[in-house]
Amino acid sequence: MPVNEEFKPTIVAFCCNWCSYAGADLSGTNRLQYPANVKIIRIPCSCRLNPMFILRAFQRGADGVILCGCHPGDCHYTTGNYYARRRMTLLFSMLDYLGIERERTRVEWVSAAEGAKFAATMNEFAGTVTKLGPNRRLEDLRCRKE
Amino acid sequence: MKTIAISELNRLFEAISGGRKLYIPAEDGAGQAKFTPWRDGLKLTDKLNTVRSAKDLFFPQVENLVNFKVTGKQIEIIENRDISEPFAVFGVRGCDCRSFDILDRVFLSDPVDTYYQTRRENGLVITLACTRPAETCFCGTFGIDPASPGGDVTCWMEGDALYWQANTEKGKALTAELPMLRDCGEEAVETQKTRIRGALEKLPLRDLDLTGFDGEHMQTLFRSEKWAELSESCLGCGTCTFVCPTCQCYDVQEFNTGTEVKRFRCWDSCMYSDFTQMSAGQPRPTQKERFRQRFMHKLVYFPSNNHGIYGCVGCGRCLQKCPIHMNIVKVARTLKEEMK
Amino acid sequence: MQERVKQKAIELLENGTVDRVLGWKTGEFFYDLTPAVFTSREEAETNFVFSAFSGANLSKYLIAESRKGGKVAVFLKPCDSYSFTQLLKEHRIWRENVYAVGVQCDGMCDAEKLRDAGCEGILSVREEGENLIVGTLYGEKTVARKDALLERCTVCKSKKIVTFDELIGENGEELDSDRFAEVARLEAMTPEERFDFWRGELSRCIRCNACRNVCPACSCEKCVFDNADSGVRNKAAADSFEEKLFHIIRAFHVAGRCTDCGECSRVCPQHIPLHLLNRKFIKDINELYGTYQAGADPETKPPLTDYTVSDCEPSVVYERGGKP
Repeated sequence: MPVNEEFKPTIVAFCCNWCSYAGADLSGTNRLQYPANVKIIRIPCSCRLNPMFILRAFQRGADGVILCGCHPGDCHYTTGNYYARRRMTLLFSMLDYLGIERERTRVEWVSAAEGAKFAATMNEFAGTVTKLGPNRRLEDLRCRKE
Repeated sequence: MKTIAISELNRLFEAISGGRKLYIPAEDGAGQAKFTPWRDGLKLTDKLNTVRSAKDLFFPQVENLVNFKVTGKQIEIIENRDISEPFAVFGVRGCDCRSFDILDRVFLSDPVDTYYQTRRENGLVITLACTRPAETCFCGTFGIDPASPGGDVTCWMEGDALYWQANTEKGKALTAELPMLRDCGEEAVETQKTRIRGALEKLPLRDLDLTGFDGEHMQTLFRSEKWAELSESCLGCGTCTFVCPTCQCYDVQEFNTGTEVKRFRCWDSCMYSDFTQMSAGQPRPTQKERFRQRFMHKLVYFPSNNHGIYGCVGCGRCLQKCPIHMNIVKVARTLKEEMK
Repeated sequence: MQERVKQKAIELLENGTVDRVLGWKTGEFFYDLTPAVFTSREEAETNFVFSAFSGANLSKYLIAESRKGGKVAVFLKPCDSYSFTQLLKEHRIWRENVYAVGVQCDGMCDAEKLRDAGCEGILSVREEGENLIVGTLYGEKTVARKDALLERCTVCKSKKIVTFDELIGENGEELDSDRFAEVARLEAMTPEERFDFWRGELSRCIRCNACRNVCPACSCEKCVFDNADSGVRNKAAADSFEEKLFHIIRAFHVAGRCTDCGECSRVCPQHIPLHLLNRKFIKDINELYGTYQAGADPETKPPLTDYTVSDCEPSVVYERGGKP
């Protein structure tokens, strides 16, 4: 990578339809800035997130993956995010165990009213991933762009 | 016949790898043998054979075929062959060496598989005689002599010396590049050959006889009721296929990278549930049919199409590696019983 | 014990308790036993074997066997009985068609372990105290019994047979084993060391799927990795990431259901320590959600289909275990 060109990580944000996606919307309507390379994928509930989705995102060029859902207790389907919480904890721990940088994955609970939290979270997460540099340990070499 | 001291093997390997890439069987992280690119100091294993056969070097598990790139209404076809460079493989046993004959019959008959052909042309096979065959070895059933395994060059390791005999033009040309090899007599090798043949006499599977496994008995064998019993505990994994030196089935798949499509081929196994899957359905719906196919192919279909040459070389890898210990020897023995 | 198990198989067939017996069948050598179904006294008499090489866990075969009509007897070692119970919990086995005979076990050996210990041309074996005397084509070789044991047996978690209709020998107790020691050793490494360790191990994978197909917890009718429409089907690993994806998902899919029967590691032709992935999940579950042993009883809810309001947040991963 050329020295003077700043590394802009690709971030994939899986957002639950009911809270976090609306939160992202709100941060937009409030004209809050967050990095343009955060790609939002809407899912019906945080527990819809199959671990395979995360691995596939990394495989295909994501440098960081974040899951945003309703705050525990506020799930539209009552309990979905509780299950997601256990799954993601175990998955992240496994990725760490395989030597994948643990800061590349994150879960954040963002309600529909928290537009500011959404933008702040994305800015902060993008900053963390920028420091880590490009994802090399979970990428699929065939998908490398350069 | 030429010779070199075993203590000087590293020097010999260095000289061979001067003009080409050299693979030698060395131990991997789990202590099992694997054909590994030679580097200074890499130690030749004492193990009888590698887990994966030498077939890997001529017919790799995965290889790129071609790329497609779509821009607007244009489809660009990009040649994406893995470049094959000259290479040599040392330490191939008689069984694996014979497997090339079998693969050649498949890949070099019309239409020629040019990917395989290039590797065959670029590859130099240096075989090594087996001094300590395993209980799972039955190459004798196929007329293979592990005491003179063939290939471009045959080697024997006896005492503290390696003996070297070039068999082909390619082998002679390589020998000419290796001044450290000294001329010698054949006594030591002859003694070893006698000893190996003695060892073969003691192998528990030496009596495996495949008479009757031919085109004539195809229907009887195919219809045998034993297949259900033989296949009932088969897991449907691909271990036997992937460690087999003669299995040559492959699948062509495509992978969308997001910017282009890569077409590649990879090994396939007739034991897998989607092998022969077609839009109209699966003609081999249960593990019984898939299992039968694998053994009928090796023991009946292949020889009936290839002048009686079986699609097996008796290396014994499947005997050692099958998770449930079902294998070609058990199949052959059970069906043979049936044919009586 | 070995003879009692065989006699039991014959007796159950003779007295009509069952129509079929699922057991281990003799092979070419003393060690290559194949799981098999016996339907007659003669077959059982000639070919049934229960020995230190009956390592194969028979419980998964019951998914199909119990649906074939009639009654089938099965022999379950303690660890097999956990898999059996877990499958019952998941309603995969028709219990009413199974007659489960529990057999106690002193640890199972494997020919691959003997080969790793340097035995060539293995022909026979006999026990002498703590050692195995292996007769080979090239003379006798002494191997310590513990070196010939399957990995799972060296850290045996339980001698208790959980579910059975009949027992041969005494039922045992759960044991205090240090089966998580190796996981803890890896956790204590730096991420670079862990990455290198797993890259080294997983790069040997040949994608034969033996680990998946043998796993009693992997009982899907169709695996996502065999489904062309899933986008992740692959018969061969096209690059180093693919083995990781496959192995992470394989282990994740059985997390909370894996009884740690160790079959995945037993069957791996490349000797990849796959149990270390499964055990990591088990260790994490124990530490974060309370001790849980899959297959230990038919009722308890598996941890991944359960939750508590006060569960830790995923960020716990940043704070615990290992060097940063």
